Amino acid sequence: MMDDFPPLSLHVPEPEVRPGGTPDFSNVPIPKAGSVPRPPVDVDPRDIRDLAFSIIRVLNREGEAVGPWSGLLSDEALLEGLRHMMTLRAFDARMLMAQRQGKTSFYMQHMGEEAVSCAFRKALEPGDMNFPTYRQAGLLIAGGYPMVDMMNQIFSNEADPLKGRQLPIMYSSKEHGFFSISGNLGTQFVQAVGWAMASAISNDTRIAAGWIGDGSTAESDFHAALVFASTYRAPVVLNIVNNQWAISTFQGIARGGAGTFAARGLGFGIPALRVDGNDYLAVYAVARWAAERARRNLGPTLVEYVTYRVGAHSTSDDPSAYRPKDESEAWPLGDPVIRLKNHLVRRGAWSEERHRQAEAEVMDSVIVAQKEAEKHGTLHSGGKPSVRDMFEGVYAEMPPHLRRQRHQAGV
Amino acid sequence: MPRMTMIEAIRSAIDISMERDGKVVVFGEDVGYFGGVFRCTAGLQQKYGKTRCFDTPISELGIVGTAIGMAAYGLRPCVEVQFADYVYPAYDQIVSEAARIRYRSNGEFTCPIVVRMPSGGGIFGGQTHSQSPEALFTHVCGLKVVVPSNPRDAKGLLIAAIEDPDPVIFLEPKRLYNGPFDGHHERPVTPWSRHPLGDVDAGHFTVPLGKAEVRRQGSSVTVLAYGTMVYVAEAAAQETGIDAEIIDLRTLLPLDLDCIVESVRKTGRCVIVHEATLTSGFGAELAALVQEHCFYHLEAPVGRVTGWDTPYPHAQEWDYFPGPARVGEALVRAMEA
Ligand SMILES: Cc1ncc(C[n+]2csc(CCOP(=O)(O)OP(=O)(O)O)c2C)c(N)n1
Ligand SMILES: [Mg+2]
Repeated sequence: MMDDFPPLSLHVPEPEVRPGGTPDFSNVPIPKAGSVPRPPVDVDPRDIRDLAFSIIRVLNREGEAVGPWSGLLSDEALLEGLRHMMTLRAFDARMLMAQRQGKTSFYMQHMGEEAVSCAFRKALEPGDMNFPTYRQAGLLIAGGYPMVDMMNQIFSNEADPLKGRQLPIMYSSKEHGFFSISGNLGTQFVQAVGWAMASAISNDTRIAAGWIGDGSTAESDFHAALVFASTYRAPVVLNIVNNQWAISTFQGIARGGAGTFAARGLGFGIPALRVDGNDYLAVYAVARWAAERARRNLGPTLVEYVTYRVGAHSTSDDPSAYRPKDESEAWPLGDPVIRLKNHLVRRGAWSEERHRQAEAEVMDSVIVAQKEAEKHGTLHSGGKPSVRDMFEGVYAEMPPHLRRQRHQAGV
Repeated sequence: MPRMTMIEAIRSAIDISMERDGKVVVFGEDVGYFGGVFRCTAGLQQKYGKTRCFDTPISELGIVGTAIGMAAYGLRPCVEVQFADYVYPAYDQIVSEAARIRYRSNGEFTCPIVVRMPSGGGIFGGQTHSQSPEALFTHVCGLKVVVPSNPRDAKGLLIAAIEDPDPVIFLEPKRLYNGPFDGHHERPVTPWSRHPLGDVDAGHFTVPLGKAEVRRQGSSVTVLAYGTMVYVAEAAAQETGIDAEIIDLRTLLPLDLDCIVESVRKTGRCVIVHEATLTSGFGAELAALVQEHCFYHLEAPVGRVTGWDTPYPHAQEWDYFPGPARVGEALVRAMEA
């Protein structure tokens, strides 16, 4: 009987707290470090479905590395990782300031998410290809791309490798395994699958990595990526960076009724893992596991990095309008730099004093790079890319109509 | 009369429409709690509740596709795509679905939706925050396409669009949100509070779709423009001293052909200005119509000043943007022919 049904009503998810409220992450279950098993890479995806609902963690509260995912990195490798994250953080601080000073139009920072891209990069081999979003500059920093070139791009100056054509931070470096960033969300995720399929078609040994934010998983490109990766068992690592926010929209809007973003992989038969994104060691261990699967031709892996976007979405955003100001301090997974530092101190490979010293050194190296870049100009002063560069590169060979227009423009 | 920015005028239009008609629903990325990245929907969720104004997942396809379904049910969705540059994932839903539902169902189902999106450059947004894709929509039968140039029109046109029985693409030139812009980026910004078109009636009113407006009376040459280019054309007329008649098209489809033809027959000259790229741009359609309807009155070839046929660059923004100098040259050329 229809009378038995009350009228329908629309469900619209809401975050736990809004500005003015007390931050509360008690709904985020945090498993103990070391508690999640490490399956063999050729595991049947059906046997590890629970990994899509847990969080792989290596560093515990005491700063020790524990459990089956630990023990992969030497002191030297960890110190290098720490330096990469500190460099990215200092780089962000300087570039944010440069944007405020009008030296560039726009900037996006990584605060709180440094471990994800810095550690992942170390699990790849030369020749592998990332299809990143705008929040993975750690792939470049940890991959040895010169900071000066990043800054030249940010300043759109005469030495900008992209000739002033692209929005700041939309880098591109084939040599460093970094595909040209698109401002259109999600598009790169499925392209990563295509690159990986090409590698398999060509009987190559190289693998690809796709990157996407929690919010952007709602785009169709994400779903197309999963079905192609699943069907062709593409040698690709598919990375979801869940930093809890998509501009002002909390992750529950994109996640919907699924328990986690990683769980999206299960319907496609793709092994899906969740990892503590603020734990350099855990990110590295999971990345290596997934990369090995891809390289052994075992197919794709979906990885969700659980992290938190500490800063504003971009320089055009003010998060105090939609989330409590102190929410980042309540984030239960802590700060990736501090956690790795504490671990190194605990290992006896580092000290508070050396850390302070390193902070100053890292900042100096960023400032030196910035001075060098500024010699080539900033957005509104000094050397600029030429107006000719605007007309070049639309096609391999400039067609007559563009040549006419360039002539009309007087260049 | 209250003074409004274009953002406030758009918000007022949506607010009034939601108040008058409980079937109007508003959604999009960051549109609900936060009120939109440009703040066009600020306060509406608080006022009308989160089932009438809400945040969506980041899927433009999903936003437009669900809007079409809601319209089929009988609601009147007015949705936002965060930037016109991000409308492409929704293109299939707009072109193959929204535009044709009335026709293919013989009126059994209709699609009274409005898809709002900020468009155009002038904010150093690079290739993904600067595009003017109007011609991609005017080429589709079944869609109406609107581009307001000031707060008063934005409000009246948006209310008309929401009340319209067919799908409307509503492009908001973002460089005009806070004030008119004539291309002189080196000069201080003029706010709408100092422009007569910032005077906006607080209540309900419409500006009919399909009616252009003469922004400047003149006798020597007709300039066809819309959005930001209306102000660039005004500056060019003033700087060259050429007595141009400037027509703000306001609605590209349906087009106010009578207004255009009357003016061009009077002046005998026509220059078309848009920010979008040249090839197959809306200017091509306008030039063809002027040629068909005014050929024997023309004393000069119809001119076009547009963005170059390249992606919208970041650093070279002002070399790309068709500013008053380029429009002025075209006016002089039209007069000298
Ligand atoms: C197709 C498309 N739609 C909308 C936008 C506007 N936009 C830019 S970033 C963003 C939020 C993305 O959130 P998420 O995927 O979680 O990545 P995060 O910024 O958190 O790293 C939105 C909506 C866009 N760039 N492209
Ligand atoms: Mg996010």
